[in-house]
Amino acid sequence: MMQGNQACAEGAVAAGCRFFAGYPITPSSEIAEYLSIMLPRIGGRFIQMEDEIAAMGATIGASLTGVKAMTATSGPGFSLKQENIGYASMAEVPCVVVNVMRGGPSTGTPTLPAQMDVQQARWGSHGDRGVIALTAKSAQETFQQTIRAFNLAERYMTPVILLLDEITGHTTEKVVIPERSTLEIVDRAAPDEPPGEYLPYRLTDDCIPRLAPFGTGYRYNVTGLVHNETGFPTNDSRDIACLIERLTKKIEMHEDDIVQWNEVMLDDAEVGIFAYGSVARSANAAVRLCREAGLRAGLLEPTVLWPFPTKAVLEMARRVKVIVVPELNLGQMAREVSLAAQCSVPVRRLGRVDGNPITPQQIVDLVGEVL
Amino acid sequence: MFDYLKYVREENFPHIWCSGCGDGIVLKALLRAVDKLGIDRDEAVMVSGIGCSSRTPGYVDVNTLHTTHGRALAFATGVKSAKPHLTVIVVTGDGDATAIGGNHFIHAARRNIDLTVLLYNNYIYGMTGGQCSPTTPRGARASTAPFGNLEPPFNISGLAIAAGASFVARGDVYNAKKLETLILKALQKKGFSLVEVVTPCPTAYGRRNRMANPVKMMEHLRDTAVSMEKWESMSGEERAGKFRTGVLCDVERPEYTEEYARLVEEVRTDR
Repeated sequence: MMQGNQACAEGAVAAGCRFFAGYPITPSSEIAEYLSIMLPRIGGRFIQMEDEIAAMGATIGASLTGVKAMTATSGPGFSLKQENIGYASMAEVPCVVVNVMRGGPSTGTPTLPAQMDVQQARWGSHGDRGVIALTAKSAQETFQQTIRAFNLAERYMTPVILLLDEITGHTTEKVVIPERSTLEIVDRAAPDEPPGEYLPYRLTDDCIPRLAPFGTGYRYNVTGLVHNETGFPTNDSRDIACLIERLTKKIEMHEDDIVQWNEVMLDDAEVGIFAYGSVARSANAAVRLCREAGLRAGLLEPTVLWPFPTKAVLEMARRVKVIVVPELNLGQMAREVSLAAQCSVPVRRLGRVDGNPITPQQIVDLVGEVL
Repeated sequence: MFDYLKYVREENFPHIWCSGCGDGIVLKALLRAVDKLGIDRDEAVMVSGIGCSSRTPGYVDVNTLHTTHGRALAFATGVKSAKPHLTVIVVTGDGDATAIGGNHFIHAARRNIDLTVLLYNNYIYGMTGGQCSPTTPRGARASTAPFGNLEPPFNISGLAIAAGASFVARGDVYNAKKLETLILKALQKKGFSLVEVVTPCPTAYGRRNRMANPVKMMEHLRDTAVSMEKWESMSGEERAGKFRTGVLCDVERPEYTEEYARLVEEVRTDR
């Protein structure tokens, strides 16, 4: 039995995380607290920084030495971290940023659940870049998704966001921790060439750079300025376009490897429910209740929010008569679903922003209303 | 003649600094100090923020990390905590370290983490065109203080001492040999070590303050930088408009990464 936030800490350590920098913020603080115990015991490093921005910066600095690194926060802290999340995207430094979401704007509702940061996760930092953001609906999934977040960060050399919410973070429930040997753990690729021939941002077919850890004989430059293959700043238009297009293409071209979702009774569904995070728990229950009542509802439950599961939504849209999107915001993902569905079916949103969870019955009622 | 080329990335020259800028003098003093200590280039990391001074690492052939504005010390704290055996040198400026990065500055000093910080103090935001900074003297003109600056300046070295730094020195680019010695001492010190370097910006500061001529600015440094010994013998009136140079603070305090290593030894369970 453990809290979702503890499962996150356990998943991080299992993934090989050996550095955590954080700043106290509800409802994510338990992640820092657990790691402040766990990391020194295994020779890792935990540090509480002076603010959220510093925690993000320290995480990136640690990662550049080859150590798997993570930070955790909630809405207002996530806003502060955006500056250096953009840096990690630009400099292609792998790291994991956990956001246990609360309601906003501003300080909002620190102790209550919400899903108001899903668009911030995608567009919160200035500039164009590809983004990977995962989510989880239970402590068990949180454990697994934290490991996957590290694996994707290391594979694609990018910050990966894990969007939890207050319900997932604070619910204590059963978690099965598999044997370490059975877990798939990914480490960043080493450079193919010796230091003399090394280009940190060499253009490769897979668009992924091979950054050598600092202190291993590869002396190169890392910057948030637009840079060329050498890592040094440039204002050459071709180099600028090449880098900025690659930062998006790097994620887009690997979407099939990154994007994942679960489907529940969608084959014969007339109503497709799109739900993620803790709302997916209610949606699973709602599908059962609907079926008992003779309503043909099914569920598309993305476990990766960015890149958006466009193909899965379009496929669902071709099968169902209407899509409903319950979420703890006022339609942040419903809008994405509408875009992906290409107006082929109506999309009805069910937004709840009063600090309470969406109940299965609320979803059932909406399904009954639209059918 | 010292062989600077051994330590620089020649392909990145000419540098971006204006004629008469003091930043190159700091760079050369740093390289001489690094050479004297025989620091392994593979094991050295230079971290900087944003601004003219923060372009320094780009010219040095070590592991270099040019971060976001004000955040060099946060990134450097991550580097040093994760790999304490690395020599981590932070290059920053008055605006970078004490305005936007002020919080990181006082907390890195409080933590007493083993970083060597070179803070180029030119009293102005040079790269963005001469806006006033936290060290712009009261009354001095800047592009955002066209009628003279109303605010009192920070005493950066005093700030670092108050926050808990174990080594604080102030130098200037007119006395370049002395600056080299101060940097050398800072690099040798285990703990948070600051060298505040007073350096001229003729382009953005001098032009607005009747010192457009770089030589005039250097002469001004010569006349206002006062050694610790001389400072002690001066009256309050004589000290007006001048500043002390030398080692201002050198104390023994527990260093953060050593303390953490000790903690790990105590609580470790994975052996």
